[in-house]
Amino acid sequence: MATTHIHTQDVHHDAHGDEHEHHEGNFWTNYIFSQDHKVIAKQFLITGIFWALLGGILSVIFRLQLGFPDMNLDWLKPVLGGWITPEGKLDPEFYLALVTMHGTIMVFFVLTAGLSGTFSNFLIPLQCGARDMASGFMNMLSYWFFFLSSVIMFISLFLSTGPAGGGWTIYPPLSALPQAIQGSGLGMTLWLVAMALFIVSTLLGGINYITTIINMRTRGMSFTRLPLTIWAFFFTAIIGLLSFPVLFAAALLLIFDRSLGTSFFLSDIYIGGEALPNVGGSPILFQHLFWFLGHPEVYIVLLPALGITSEIIATNSRKPIFGYKAMIGSMLFIAILSFIVWAHHMFVTGMNPFLGSIFMLLTLIIAVPSAVKIFNYVTTLWKGNLRFTPAMLFSIGLVSFFLTGGITGIFLGNSAVDIQLHDTYFVVAHFHLVMGSASFFGMLAGIYHWFPKMFGRMMDDRLGYIHFWVTFVGVYLVFFPMHYIGIAGFPRRYYSFTNFEFANGFTDLNALVSVAAILTLAAQFIFLFNFFYSMFRGRLAPANPWNSTTLEWTTPRFPQHGNWPGEIPAVYRWPYDYSKPGAKEDFIPQTIPFSETPESNFPNENELIKLEGNGHGAIVVEGKH
Amino acid sequence: MMSLIIVVGVVLALAILYLIFRISSLVGIAKEKKEDEVSENNGIHATLFAIFMLLGLGAFFWYSFTHFDSYNLPVASEHGVVTDMLFWVTMGITVVAFVVISIIMIVFVYAYQYKEGRKATFYPDNHYLELAWTIIPAIVLAVLIFTGLRAWNDITSPASAEAEVIELVAQQFAWTVRYPGNDNTLGKVHYQLIDNFGNEFGLDLSDNKSFDDFKSLELHLPKGKEILLKIRAKDVLHSVFLPHFRVKMDAVPGMPTHFKFVATKTTKEMREETGNPEFNYELACTEICGKGHFSMRMAVVVDTQEDFETWKREQETWLKQNPGYLEKVPANLRESALIKSGIQVNTVSVESKAVFSAGGGSN
Repeated sequence: MATTHIHTQDVHHDAHGDEHEHHEGNFWTNYIFSQDHKVIAKQFLITGIFWALLGGILSVIFRLQLGFPDMNLDWLKPVLGGWITPEGKLDPEFYLALVTMHGTIMVFFVLTAGLSGTFSNFLIPLQCGARDMASGFMNMLSYWFFFLSSVIMFISLFLSTGPAGGGWTIYPPLSALPQAIQGSGLGMTLWLVAMALFIVSTLLGGINYITTIINMRTRGMSFTRLPLTIWAFFFTAIIGLLSFPVLFAAALLLIFDRSLGTSFFLSDIYIGGEALPNVGGSPILFQHLFWFLGHPEVYIVLLPALGITSEIIATNSRKPIFGYKAMIGSMLFIAILSFIVWAHHMFVTGMNPFLGSIFMLLTLIIAVPSAVKIFNYVTTLWKGNLRFTPAMLFSIGLVSFFLTGGITGIFLGNSAVDIQLHDTYFVVAHFHLVMGSASFFGMLAGIYHWFPKMFGRMMDDRLGYIHFWVTFVGVYLVFFPMHYIGIAGFPRRYYSFTNFEFANGFTDLNALVSVAAILTLAAQFIFLFNFFYSMFRGRLAPANPWNSTTLEWTTPRFPQHGNWPGEIPAVYRWPYDYSKPGAKEDFIPQTIPFSETPESNFPNENELIKLEGNGHGAIVVEGKH
Repeated sequence: MMSLIIVVGVVLALAILYLIFRISSLVGIAKEKKEDEVSENNGIHATLFAIFMLLGLGAFFWYSFTHFDSYNLPVASEHGVVTDMLFWVTMGITVVAFVVISIIMIVFVYAYQYKEGRKATFYPDNHYLELAWTIIPAIVLAVLIFTGLRAWNDITSPASAEAEVIELVAQQFAWTVRYPGNDNTLGKVHYQLIDNFGNEFGLDLSDNKSFDDFKSLELHLPKGKEILLKIRAKDVLHSVFLPHFRVKMDAVPGMPTHFKFVATKTTKEMREETGNPEFNYELACTEICGKGHFSMRMAVVVDTQEDFETWKREQETWLKQNPGYLEKVPANLRESALIKSGIQVNTVSVESKAVFSAGGGSN
């Protein structure tokens, strides 16, 4: 096993437990420019929470416009200023900017950086048994590139011409021509710069995650003994590493088109009373490049949430996850397929219909591993002994969203059916459930579950329960009615519902959606209170509050930089020995050798006892359960 | 004043909530709860899930059936019937899967909620089960894929030579339509010929085919005849969406696209079918294109073929409406331009001569 070069401080096991991080260094090196993966994870988390709140507020502002088109919004003037028209209405261009920034923020800053950044950073060293990431310095850079990116994106919100407004997919020519929409001026420039930095951050992080998982597992931690969280982070990092550079290329070419007069994506354009000189470019090329990242991005967002949920459902069902290897296999299959389905976003762009056929075939195939995952989750619940911790509730919520949102993908992946549904609210409902809400619930589940490890304290359960139920019901009330609006053909990104006769009959549903969105956002403040209050005043956490088997719960309550005060524990078994027949307790941590549990060993496990003695527990055993 | 009262009220309410939270926390500590004990309220969540599922499924079926007509758009094209059928078949299959899986999940959640002293069943895998739920979805999806592929191939197959060719041009934030006129062939266009004074199509006036083209601000379609929409955009991406005809195709600057379909009901028939005398077909934009995206509407009229032909004959050609452009017509084509555009009916009339000399006098 590779050894780490982190100097492990002489760790005083702090008996008071009240104070964090007692090792050397000052405030700046400990909390700001820290190279400790746990601190970096928290930095990602706090930044992610900030963005989630902002993204949520933006969505509520445009939901006000959609749900209550006659409402006077003058009271928002102190915040939005000139974006409220003299009639007290939202400016239509600002509406598009809101939609764009909501999408960008949620997809990239919350569900990529906030989710992967937090939990990959936090859990990979802890669950693999490493003192830190392969490169703590690169890991720190990863956060600071993300921070810089965040600052630039945040600044773009305050430009007089507004932030980017061409949709989060920034299709040119709209995004390339400031004369087409104000947001394509400086707002789009900052968007592109911010995203370029964001990609740098993702790549630095991803390289670290992959390296750490491959090289720095503790003794005995074979790949088949990795918790599913780590498998999920592993696949996620690989997908990100292979697909984000393509977005980088697309962004760079778009920057050239915008600033240097090239024609990668522009051709035959007459706008603002003049014919532009650009010929020969293709807007469709941009869409191919964008979705070559954009679709894997869906799984970059979703896989970590699925990994987190696998862990939480198994722990709180007190059962092994059903089909551990099938879960890994389906994630691998999803990861591979995610690269060859991108053009299902482009069935009606004028792309060659034969390509449409191929992509439809590949897209519908991806439903198979997804279905397997759902069935495996449900079977894990079967004959369990379910403890409904807040994390468990959010995980069950995720499975429900993944199911509800996933099956509508079967409609949209069918190119013939997609003709009518493309770019309608049906799509909005689909991806908000399957990717947005499911991943968001995965993130919340992860926070509730690992908060005790992050901050050494427990979050308040009752507030967690209220938070869950309002959010769960709220999300369904927000997104389920959108299916009907979408079947009726109503297009997305419309400022107003009343210009068309064919879809102006949904004022009631739209008002319901908006009210539900406001309530759902309000419920998140319960979470925020719980989060920050518990961080300082919460009940002190026991070492292993959920009776979990994985390695992170063998660390002290407040793990220092280096994670384990002494030697890193060795691993002897897979992470899902819950309720093993014959065992004294209903869980056996990964660090317990088979030699100590003769009463519950299976025959093949008894044979492994001999190998445990040699002090190198690093046995790679396939198919032991 | 009012807002001050609201702020004070909110602050008070939050303070009260905080106090309640603190007190109940302290009570919890005083009661000395054991650390890893499962709360006695655990079962509440199982019950709530069951209630939520029953109410949710109930509302889903109730709304879907009672409001069917409000969200189900009547269909008025041949391929639309096919794609709608596919849609509803997929709906049938997925709703069954959705309901069954949801119920199973919630039943498990309810039945296997925590009970003290019970031990969960160690059940790590079962290859037959896993094989079953890999193969069954695969077969169902294969059926959907092949029916979908067949429909998709039909829809996207080339249009026949007799199809009625109509060109839709998108720009921020309006649509214009160009009909090919008597020769049934659209004249050439080039984006650098577009101007602000009348040549909004960028018509190439050295092309003989362009003289009888005419413009319309309403999309008129014949019933029962194959229509080939040729679609282009002048500035940014747009998308043609004819919801009742189940037609959608992006308009891409620099890359003309097309969509062929057959309309099956005239506007009049649709008014009778829907019982709405005000009913109109509509054309909407479904690709974000800027400030006016949400209002990029065009009225659509479907006529019988006879009415459609009559309507076409009544339209003035673009050249007749913009006679100033005659000067851009090369000299050898002017005669043809005058006749094809209908400026001159048989012999050179006095008026058109005047136009001719005014327009192209310098030649």
